[in-house]
Order: sequence, then structure tokens, then C-alpha cells
Amino acid sequence: MASVPAVLQSEWTKIRTVSSTRWTLISALAVTVAMGAALCALMNATFDDLPDAERLTFDPTLISFSGMVLGQLAMVVFGVLVVGTEYSSGMIRTSLAAVPQRGTFIFSKIAVAGLLALAVGMATSFLTFFIGQALLGEHRTTIGEENVLRAVVGGGIYMGLIAVFSMGVATMLRSSMLSLGILMPFFFLVSQILSAVPGAKDVARYFPDQAGAKIMQVVPNAMNSGESPYGPWGGLGIMLLWVAAALLGGFLVLRKRDA
Amino acid sequence: MIELEGLTKHFGSKVAVDHLSFKVRPGVVTGFLGPNGAGKSTTMRMMLDLDNPTSGTVRIDGRHYRELEEPLKYIGALLDAKAMHGGRSAYNNLLCLAQANRIPRSRVAEVLDVVGLTPVARKKSKGFSMGMGQRLGIASALLGDPEILMFDEPVNGLDPEGIHWIRNLMKALAQEGRTIFVSSHLMSEMALTADHLIVIGQGKLLADTSMADFIQQNSRSYVRLRSPQQEELRDAVHRAGMTVVETDNGTLEVDGASTEQLGELAAEHRIVLHELSAQRASLEEAFMQMTAGSVEYHAHSTGAGAPPPPGPEAPPSGHGAPQWAPRKEGA
Amino acid sequence: MIEAVGLTKRYGAKTAVYNLSFQVRPGAVTGFLGPNGAGKSTTMRMILGLDRPTSGQVTIGGLPFRQLPNAPRQVGALLDAKAVHGGRTARNHLLSLAQLSGIPDRRVDEVLGVVGLQGVAKRRSKGFSLGMGQRLGIAAALLGDPQVLLFDEPVNGLDPEGILWVRNLMKQLAAEGRTVFVSSHLMSEMALTADHLIVIGRGQLMADMSVKDFISHNSADFARVRTPQTEPEQREKLLAALTEAGGQVMPEPDGALRVTGLPLPRISDLAHDADVRLWELSPHQASLEEAYMRMTQGAVDYRSTADEKSGLMQQPPMGHVPPQPHIPEVPQQGFYAPPPPHPGQNPYAAPAPAAPPAAAPAEAPAPPAAAPADLTKPEDAR
Repeated sequence: MASVPAVLQSEWTKIRTVSSTRWTLISALAVTVAMGAALCALMNATFDDLPDAERLTFDPTLISFSGMVLGQLAMVVFGVLVVGTEYSSGMIRTSLAAVPQRGTFIFSKIAVAGLLALAVGMATSFLTFFIGQALLGEHRTTIGEENVLRAVVGGGIYMGLIAVFSMGVATMLRSSMLSLGILMPFFFLVSQILSAVPGAKDVARYFPDQAGAKIMQVVPNAMNSGESPYGPWGGLGIMLLWVAAALLGGFLVLRKRDA
Repeated sequence: MIELEGLTKHFGSKVAVDHLSFKVRPGVVTGFLGPNGAGKSTTMRMMLDLDNPTSGTVRIDGRHYRELEEPLKYIGALLDAKAMHGGRSAYNNLLCLAQANRIPRSRVAEVLDVVGLTPVARKKSKGFSMGMGQRLGIASALLGDPEILMFDEPVNGLDPEGIHWIRNLMKALAQEGRTIFVSSHLMSEMALTADHLIVIGQGKLLADTSMADFIQQNSRSYVRLRSPQQEELRDAVHRAGMTVVETDNGTLEVDGASTEQLGELAAEHRIVLHELSAQRASLEEAFMQMTAGSVEYHAHSTGAGAPPPPGPEAPPSGHGAPQWAPRKEGA
Repeated sequence: MIEAVGLTKRYGAKTAVYNLSFQVRPGAVTGFLGPNGAGKSTTMRMILGLDRPTSGQVTIGGLPFRQLPNAPRQVGALLDAKAVHGGRTARNHLLSLAQLSGIPDRRVDEVLGVVGLQGVAKRRSKGFSLGMGQRLGIAAALLGDPQVLLFDEPVNGLDPEGILWVRNLMKQLAAEGRTVFVSSHLMSEMALTADHLIVIGRGQLMADMSVKDFISHNSADFARVRTPQTEPEQREKLLAALTEAGGQVMPEPDGALRVTGLPLPRISDLAHDADVRLWELSPHQASLEEAYMRMTQGAVDYRSTADEKSGLMQQPPMGHVPPQPHIPEVPQQGFYAPPPPHPGQNPYAAPAPAAPPAAAPAEAPAPPAAAPADLTKPEDAR
């Protein structure tokens, strides 16, 4: 059987030798930090104009993560391209000829790419937190406060899981274009819009991004977001179920289908 | 050695490969022929475990592909020259394959050198011409120094020098005792390369035989004679009970006799021969003969083996418009 | 008739085509050969007015392409099978081309029939295989019933039946008096198709002659002689006689003799005088590939090299004869052909091995199917 360390090394070479890795991960970090910083500065300037309900549940930690709404899209692109380019380039046939154990192949690939995404997500999360807090002035919080460290680490995990979820979806759909066409509007529009519609909100809560983002809240029901039936870790658990389902689906498709 | 046993593949209700059993033996170049849609590519993909057979098995040196440790060290394949990531350099494309099968890094540079891509090793492969892509694919097949090599249309996009090279490469590899399996549509090229042929049509095995036997069995062969004593020769051959035909250009054609027989016959009658040569059909003719009737997309006005119904051929003169002309005017 | 005079094309400092002059005459299939990067595509593009020559000119029927009145009806070309809008159906693609130059719609269905695509005429061309795309490209080239046709690698992606069809189509078009100009890398295919050759290397004209002359100029014809296997002394006697008469004789692996420098009747007479019976006396011509390789040595990009370290490739560099351990007595250089035509060429010049029995069919006469005379042409009747 193929040696797992060898396959991991091979997948690492694959990831580091394409330029899309660099630009998607850099934009994930840069977009998140820049947009988080801008919103923190804006909040700081307009804090007094906020409605009472939002002022009472003001969550400086969560605010500094606002940039993830856009930054996560770059993570989606990263995750999709890691898998999708195998199919679009035809490399998949060469890859599977070298590693015919399809489980070993796909999980090694996702492990390497997922760890990289997690590392970048972690760096993004800490960076955007500290920069955001610096810009929030008197409304800031610190990493030592209760639950703040959990939220910041959780933000990094969230970014990593978004990428892994995208990899699973791309493995199921076997196409970059199709995967991006579904995931981008979903995370950027559908999930955001539904979560604002009263009736649909109860469903949208269980979407991977909505559930997973709960981990980044320090203040319960932060920013007047309303009660949710799960806590931060429960939310992350829901997201993990989504990721597991996507990975399982991807694996089954890869095992079953002709390459 | 590759062994296929009852290999079958259905796509929905369509049977692409139908109970195919054959062996590809080491030491010779085995050609894999068949019209478009005969199931060649599907068969080759199943050999590499890329497609799952509906039934039947493929064994590589007695084992299933998935049971091979580091398969690139057993079998190397060129299936599709474009099966590489265009954004990666030629070197890195090979490097990640090498690493997956624990092939030393130095081997990557070696195979790039073998195929003549060293000068462009660090260039992204998406800028490669078809011929360069083909060379990269050949390099990936050679990477693990495998005993079995499969090539699907290896000369595609290569220039004459490259064609000559790959042909000699395949022959040299076979001579070293390796198993070489090549599919191609170019009969004239196959005739120069392959020793053994496996022919399929509509997913079924049509022939599994040596090149010489294949041509012999599927076409007319005869002996051509030329002599200053044409009349005498013709009578002598005739008297010996052989069928002889006199052609327009002053040669005699004799069916069903060997050059040896005719040489002895001429010597016996003291007839001077200016030519005594066995004539055999080309591989193409033999192939057309055999596969007539199992081809997709028949073009009209074929002069060959299986003439399809005559269609409206060329048009009344005077209607003309090549595609690029009006648009590119003034480009 | 296509005529190039002093055609030159430079891209920056690189000269792609230099001072190229040739004529492509009607009534024959003219092959256009050269290594990768020799300037074939550039030349083709200049003929079609897609690239502008740096100097010199190329005309079709006396006029540069861009000045041809109704050029579309005079010239048809297959340059790149993928130059088709994939979202359109095959038929609509041809219809749009036909309408641009006022060709009646029924002609579209005619050419679809000619290339055998009528069954998939309503399918989007992006689902086409390479071979089907090629057929569509050929249909487009034929659409205007032009007198001048250019094909770049026409058999790409076609299956054996398609290859035979294209070859016969080109011969037939030439037999109708059209000018057919074909570029290809497949020497064995060209040998069966072309009557005349234009060979370029590094952008310059290297040869402009008939296929037959090209082969004779660049390699030697030879005869293969066999004597009764049962009597080895006959072979020795003949070998001595032939050598004495000035022939060059090389033994072949199966015991036959390869003779250069003596015509067949002379060999026959020598055998007769020596009282040797012949079991074979056959004329052979070197392959087009051998002749071509000999001529273009030194004008090749991306030369492959030997891999000495691995032991995988015991094969020497390009152009060398592959190992033939069973006939050690044969001096390999010179086994196949006389010295290269041009002095100072690289020493790799030994051509392709004229090869074991498998090669024999290639030397057999062109298949009857390939004869233009076999083709029927319903259009003539109309």
C-alpha cells in the first residue's frame, strides 16, 4: 500500500508549487484583517449611534471578526481549487495512477490542505483580533478576558473548517466551476439573507457557516442576534457534522465514480 | 505482464468493453488497435484502475492494481498528455508524482533529460506545446523505471524527430524485456513499431496475433516477378500449376506461391529474374479489412475496405467560404 | 497556385521564416515538412493573411490573400480544429460561416455528409472528440468549394478509417485540379499522401521536389537478395561476386543480403554467372522518414537525450540505430545509407532503421484503396 508519509509529502509539494495557493491564502488573511479593521474603526466612531439593544450586547471580539464574511470566500476558493484543479487539469488520472488507494489519496490531500488552511486561519484570527481591538479604542476587550481566547482560536478553526468543507464539496462535484458556483453565492448571499429573514432564520441557524460562527461570540446573543438553541461549542459541533458529511460524500463519490 | 480476464464495462445500457481477455507479454511491443469507440481508452483506464470494470479483472504481474505498492515502479502510463497541472512547472509536476511513490528526486531530473525537457523544466507546463506536453507525459511514465509501460497515442503532437525517438525508445524498452503496450490510430506508425497486435472492435477482441500473421490473414499476399524472359517465365509458372497474372507495367503476379518455389522454378528453367519479391499488404489494409463494419462516424466517399453509401460529395462549384477569412480580414 | 517570394518573418530578434520562395502547384498534394519551430505554422498563417510578412510576399493565384476578391470562395483552410465556438451545434457553426459569404444552406448539409458528421449535426461541438472536431474543421474548409486548400496536421485525432478517408479526400481534391497544401509530422502518412514536398528547417527552404526525388536524393535505394538457405556456399559465392562487381553488401539478420550500388538486372546477371539460384530479389527504397531525418539533422528543437544513469534507456541519441545485438557483424553507420548530402552536418546522421519484418508493409506499394482512381465523385455527374 502506498506509504502515507510519502503521499502527504507529495500533496504538500502539489500545494506549495501552484500559485493559487499563495494568492487565495494571502487574500483570505488580507481581506479579513483589512475589513475587520475598517469595521472596528467605524464602530468606534459610531458607537453612540447604535441602537440600545446592540449597545447592550456589544461584542468587541465578534466585531473584530467581521472581515471573515468576505475572507472566508477566499478560503472557499482555496479549498475548491485544491481539489478542483485535479479534475480540471486531468491531473486526477495521473495522481490516482500513482496512488490507487483513493481514500489515502483524498484524505492525505485534505489533511495537508486543511492543516495549511487552519494555520493561515489561526494567523488571520489572531491578527484581525489584535488589530481590531487596537482600533476599537475604549470599547476594546483583551485576550485575557473570559471566553475571548476561545473565540479567537475558534475563529481560526472556523476558517480552516470552511476550507475543508469546500474541499469535500469539490470532491463530490468534481469541478471547480460548479463548486464555486454553488458555494460562493451560498456563503455570501443565501446564508446571510436567510439568516436575516425571520421565518427562515430558524433553519439558517443550522447552516455550517452560521452555526460555526457562533464560536466567535463572547457575549451571548451578541449584537442583538437573538437566542440560538446551541452554544459556541454546540455550533462548532454542527459545523463539524457538515464538514464530516461533505468529506464522506466526497470520498464515496471518488471511490465509486470512474476517474 | 498484463492479464485481462473477462473484462467488461457498461455505461448505462451501452456496452463499451465486452468480455475482453488477453495477455500483454514482456519483451515485445504490443500494439492495441481499434476504430474510434471500440473501447480502447476505457480498457486502458480500467487497466490502471481509473475506471471500475462492470465485471472481470485486470492483473498486473499477477496482482490487482490497487494491491501494488508504489505502482509507478511497476507500471508507467501515458494516457493523456494534458493530465498535468498547467500552473506547476514540469519539474514539480513530476516531483509530486515521484514523492508519492518514494522515487528519488534525482530521477526527476534524469527523466526530464531523457525526454529532452531539461531546458524548460522550470517552466509552467500550461505554456507547453502539444509535443512538449507529450514528452512530459512520457517522462512521467518512465519515472519509476517500470517493467510495464502503456502509451496511448504516443506520437500525438510530436515532430518527426520526436516520432522517430519514441519509436526507438519503445523498441529498446521491449528489447530490455519490458512489457510495452501501445495504442495508436496510425497504422503506418504501428507497422514500424509493434511486434504483436491486439485488435478490438465494439468492445470485443478481434485479433491477438503477431504483426506478420495479422497481415497475412487479413489481406492478399503474392509474389511479383520481373524478367527479360517474361513469356517463358509465364509459361513455366503456368505449367507448374500456379495462377499468374500479367500486369500493365510488365510484371507477373503469382498468388499462392513462395519466392523460394518461384526462384527454384526459374533456376530450373534457366530463366533470368530481374525481380523476385514477396508483396504483402500494408497493416492499414489488413486492419480495414478486419474492422469493416465496426466503425463510428463513417465519412462518405471512402475508397477503402468498407465503402459506405455514396453521399453528396463535393458541391457545385462557386460557393466558397473558409471560416477564418471574413473575420480576420485586416487582422 | 500558391507562390511565396522572398518571404521573411521576424518576431523581435528571432527570425521565424527567412527568404522563403516556393510554389505550390495545382493538381498535386504538396506536403509541407519541417521540425517543430521550423516556421511551418508561421508560413501557413502568412499565406492566409493572418500574419503580415516582414518582407517578401506570398500570393494565391497572383494576389495576396487580403486582396483576393471573395477570398473565402477561393481558399479553404484547416488550421486548428479547436477554433470553433463550442456552444454552437456543428450545423449552426457551418451555417454561420456559410451565411457570412452567401453560401446556400443546403451546402452545409452537403459538407456535413462529406465528413460524416450528419449524425451529430445538431450536437454542440464542445462535446466533440478531437477527431470529430477535426472533421468539422475539414467541413468548414470544404464549405466554399475552394480551389486552394490548406491543411495543418489533418489526421490529428482521427481513427484509422478517418485517416484513410482524409488521405483519399486530399488526393481526390488534387486530382480535381485543386491546389492542396498539407503540413504534417507523420512521415509515413505523408509518404502515402503527398506527390511533392516542400521542406523547411530553421525558417529556410531545404528542399522543393517530388517525394520520389526527395527520397532518392537523401538516401540510397537498395536490393534485398536471398539465396537458398540450405546451401550457405551459394550465399558466399554471390557475396563475393557482388563485392567484386563493386556493390556494397551487408548481411541481414535473417540471412538475406542488402545490396547497394548495383541495379537489379545486374545482380541477376551476376548471380546467373556465378550459378547461384535466387530465392528473393526485391527492390527497396528508403522510407521518407529516413530521408527526412537525414536532411533535417541539426535543425531540431527539444532533442531528447540518452539516459545513461538509469540503465533504462540504453538507446543512443537521436538518429542512431537501436541496438541490434544479433547482427554484430554489421557496421551500423553506413548500414542504411550513404553519407549525408551536406558536408558538415552532425554525425548522428544514421537514419531510421529500415527495420525487421514489421517494416516490410510500409515498403509495399500504396494500397489500392489509396489510388485516386478508386474514388467516385458524384459531383462530376451533376
